[in-house]
Amino acid sequence: MIGLSHYLTVAAILFTIGIFGIFINRKNVIVILMSIELILLAVNINLVAFSAFLGDLVGQVFALFVLTVAAAEASIGLAILVVFYRNRGSIAVEDINVMRG
Amino acid sequence: MYQLIVFLPLLGAIIGGAISVWGAARRFPGGEPAAGAEDHAADAGPHISAHGDESGVVHETHHEDESHEPAAEGSRAAELVTSGFLIVAAVLSWVAFIGFWFGGAEPERVPVMNWFTSGNLGVDWALHIDTLTVVMLVVVNTVSALVHVYSIGYMAHDPYRPRFFAYLSMFTFAMLALVTSDNLVQLFFGWEGVGLASYLLIGFWYTRPSANAAAIKAFVVNRVGDFGFALGIFAIFLLFKSVDYETIFANASAVAGTKMHFLSWNVDALTVTCLLLFMGAMGKSAQFLLHTWLPDAMEGPTPVSALIHAATMVTAGVFMVARLSPLFDLAPGALAFVTFIGATTAFFAATVGLVQNDIKRVVAYSTCSQLGYMFVALGIGAYPVAIFHLFTHAFFKALLFLGSGSVIHAVGGEQDMRKMGGLRTRIPVTYWMMVIGTLALTGFPLTAGYFSKDAIIEAAFHGTNAAAGYAWALVVFAALLTSFYSWRLIFMTFHGEPRASKEVMDHVHESPPVMLVPLYVLAAGALLAGLVFTGTFIGGGNGAFWREALIAGEHAPILEAMEQSPWWVTYLPTVMMAIGAAVAVWFYLVDTRVPRELAERNDWLYRFLLNKWYFDELYDFIFVRGANLLGRFLWKQGDGWTIDGWGPDGVSAWVLDITQRVVRLQSGYLYHYAFAMLIGVAALVTWLMFAG
Amino acid sequence: MILSAIFFYIFSAVAIGSAVMVVGARNPVHSVLFLILAFFNAAGLFVLLGAEFLAMILVVVYVGAVAVLFLFVVMMLDVDFVELRQGVLAYLPVGALVGVVLLAELLIVLSGWVFAPHLAATVVVPIPGVGGVSNTAALGAVLYTRYVFYFEGAGIILLVAMIGAIVLTLRHKVGVKRQSISEQNARDPATAVEVRKVESGVGLT
Repeated sequence: MIGLSHYLTVAAILFTIGIFGIFINRKNVIVILMSIELILLAVNINLVAFSAFLGDLVGQVFALFVLTVAAAEASIGLAILVVFYRNRGSIAVEDINVMRG
Repeated sequence: MYQLIVFLPLLGAIIGGAISVWGAARRFPGGEPAAGAEDHAADAGPHISAHGDESGVVHETHHEDESHEPAAEGSRAAELVTSGFLIVAAVLSWVAFIGFWFGGAEPERVPVMNWFTSGNLGVDWALHIDTLTVVMLVVVNTVSALVHVYSIGYMAHDPYRPRFFAYLSMFTFAMLALVTSDNLVQLFFGWEGVGLASYLLIGFWYTRPSANAAAIKAFVVNRVGDFGFALGIFAIFLLFKSVDYETIFANASAVAGTKMHFLSWNVDALTVTCLLLFMGAMGKSAQFLLHTWLPDAMEGPTPVSALIHAATMVTAGVFMVARLSPLFDLAPGALAFVTFIGATTAFFAATVGLVQNDIKRVVAYSTCSQLGYMFVALGIGAYPVAIFHLFTHAFFKALLFLGSGSVIHAVGGEQDMRKMGGLRTRIPVTYWMMVIGTLALTGFPLTAGYFSKDAIIEAAFHGTNAAAGYAWALVVFAALLTSFYSWRLIFMTFHGEPRASKEVMDHVHESPPVMLVPLYVLAAGALLAGLVFTGTFIGGGNGAFWREALIAGEHAPILEAMEQSPWWVTYLPTVMMAIGAAVAVWFYLVDTRVPRELAERNDWLYRFLLNKWYFDELYDFIFVRGANLLGRFLWKQGDGWTIDGWGPDGVSAWVLDITQRVVRLQSGYLYHYAFAMLIGVAALVTWLMFAG
Repeated sequence: MILSAIFFYIFSAVAIGSAVMVVGARNPVHSVLFLILAFFNAAGLFVLLGAEFLAMILVVVYVGAVAVLFLFVVMMLDVDFVELRQGVLAYLPVGALVGVVLLAELLIVLSGWVFAPHLAATVVVPIPGVGGVSNTAALGAVLYTRYVFYFEGAGIILLVAMIGAIVLTLRHKVGVKRQSISEQNARDPATAVEVRKVESGVGLT
């Protein structure tokens, strides 16, 4: 009934929303980090779905590691954000244009 | 000895040049002359009244002879060394000439060095010494030595004497290279060398724009002639496979009838070649159509005019045709053209000389006219007569020029004859020298000109080529005009009431001896050369004198025919001279209102003559404007728009434009970058999907 | 069967809805809370798929640690309620277009493939059947044996992340009293004790 493609569709939609969120927001940088988490979540759903329908545990193992890395990356990203806020006083995305060339 | 004659002037030129450069380095150690310093030098030269004088406006022209600048260092040394060398060379030339005159010397070829060999063309530098050469050596070195000595006095106040004397000596060397040449390439070297020296000397006072323009004009018009000359040399090489005189003359008769393909016609090869060579002579000798540079060349100092534009450089064309007489004699068509051009020049220049107001210009047009006479003689086939006239003309024309220089020096730089007059009693020596020169020029009996010029007129009567009759009529009439304008010059300058200001008249003084002695020498030549040399040059013994150098003696039948002229033909030129002199006396001594009334009644004719038959305007319209337009077009559109616009400027503007657009991508905003990444990913996925 | 389908749709819908709200919420705290909701629903999806260990780990790690971390940071930084600025509307259509395009492509890919016929034979670690060991035990059996190096590597990544976070954000505040063990151990009588003469009846003042 609910086949593999259903799960993959859900994952695809979440992935797209995540990407959308990266560049559509102007409010603050935290939303960007959260969008990245959404992307990673979508990838995880994909992996686990494949694992379930192929009967192979490797997908879940891999999803576990993705989880680990996502956690590490989120913490580092937030640490950078904190330091950035300390130095600049604002995390509005629009104000971050020091790389202007 | 011959090497000395040719190379002493070169040595003088090099020494003079070295002195001038060293002096300049000392005077301007930083390399740049002080602004304004040069202007004083320009003021030092005599003022030339504007060419044309169309409106007849009298210009305020008085400029002091003295310059405010100190003389260049080493001036004394330069002038003495160069003049000394030239005098030695002149003496040696006379020694050589006497050798040929008394029949003892043999023609010889003195090799100097091997210049180059390229394929079939081997060109040596060698001195070809024969009668024609030594005659020219005498002319060139004598006049040059006298001009050098004269310039010591004339240019005494000029701050740049070493340069002047170096140029004079360099010119002499180039002319000597030309007359002693053994082949056409060496001739061309000398030809170009004298052109260069002429440019440098006309523009000697280079801070004056009119001098610069005149120098350029001389060079460019010469160039037009040289173009034809070069083509002629190429044609000679094509026909004879060599440019050596010996080879050419030996094979001339063999080539005589051949046809050549030229510009899609089949024409007689030798005629075309000779016509092309004559084009060079037209440019160098200021013949009709390529004459426009000669009057403007009077911008140079007077000694320059005397040396280059009277006695030597302008006679290079005559010399060249005479040297190649074995070739020209086999091309009757070319000879007819030469005669035609010569006669037209003689007439044209004489008419223009009638109304000129600048003393030097009158003499310049007189030169132009007399050169026409020489070409008439060449065209008729009387080659010795032409060279004889060249010989005598050098003396009396140089005398007239140097005398004019003396007059100009006396009145403090004024050259307009309308502001002279009444100088006879104050500078008598100059006056009598000028009178002697005029007598010789107009052909007064027993002067040099009487023998040479009247010989030309007689020869024209007997001529057999197509233009002979036309030529005879014109040269006879030109003789009348010559006499008129020559006496006009004398009367306007020396007789009558003084028309200059009182202070000028108070300063009128005779020239120093260093300027007068050359005049004496030249006057002696003008008076005696005819008596002494006529028999040798054109009389019965001329075949033995010239031998192989020219078509002469029994090869030039016209000389024989001249012996049998009717009496009225022989005396006609003298009658013409008398008429011309009488009219001049009437116009300028007896009733001085007549010239003005005549000019006013025939205003258009007067203007036509005064403006040199409007040749300058014509050439400006035809050539100069066209060249300017083309040049401007190529500059703006071609170079500016096309090459710069599409080349360096275009590329750099492009790069800037593109980079500015690309820079806008680097906004610094994170979400822009993320957006760009997304678009990239989407594109990549799309491509992979559809192109995989 | 039908129940699982219903739950699937419920979980999916809520997950997608909360994902949209994560991006679109004005208040950043709301964004974080919606993120937590999304995680919960994803965990539900995992349970439906039979990966219950992963579902619980998702809740514990993501929700319990990462999302809470987000919340801490959001509340620590003085983030204003920034109104949706005008400029975002300019990007919305283009961004939406590109997003839709990407989604469409993903779906085209999904709908078009089939499993390779021999795929069943290439299973690396077969999932134990219903009656076998639990999901947790199966994962454990594999994780510490075959994939132990990756496990250790993951641990090092976490260690580096922890050190990195501390290094980035640590500030030595002035005036905070803290111990320095090495200093304490390095004391000797010469620096620690000072002998003063005390006058009797006067005292030390």
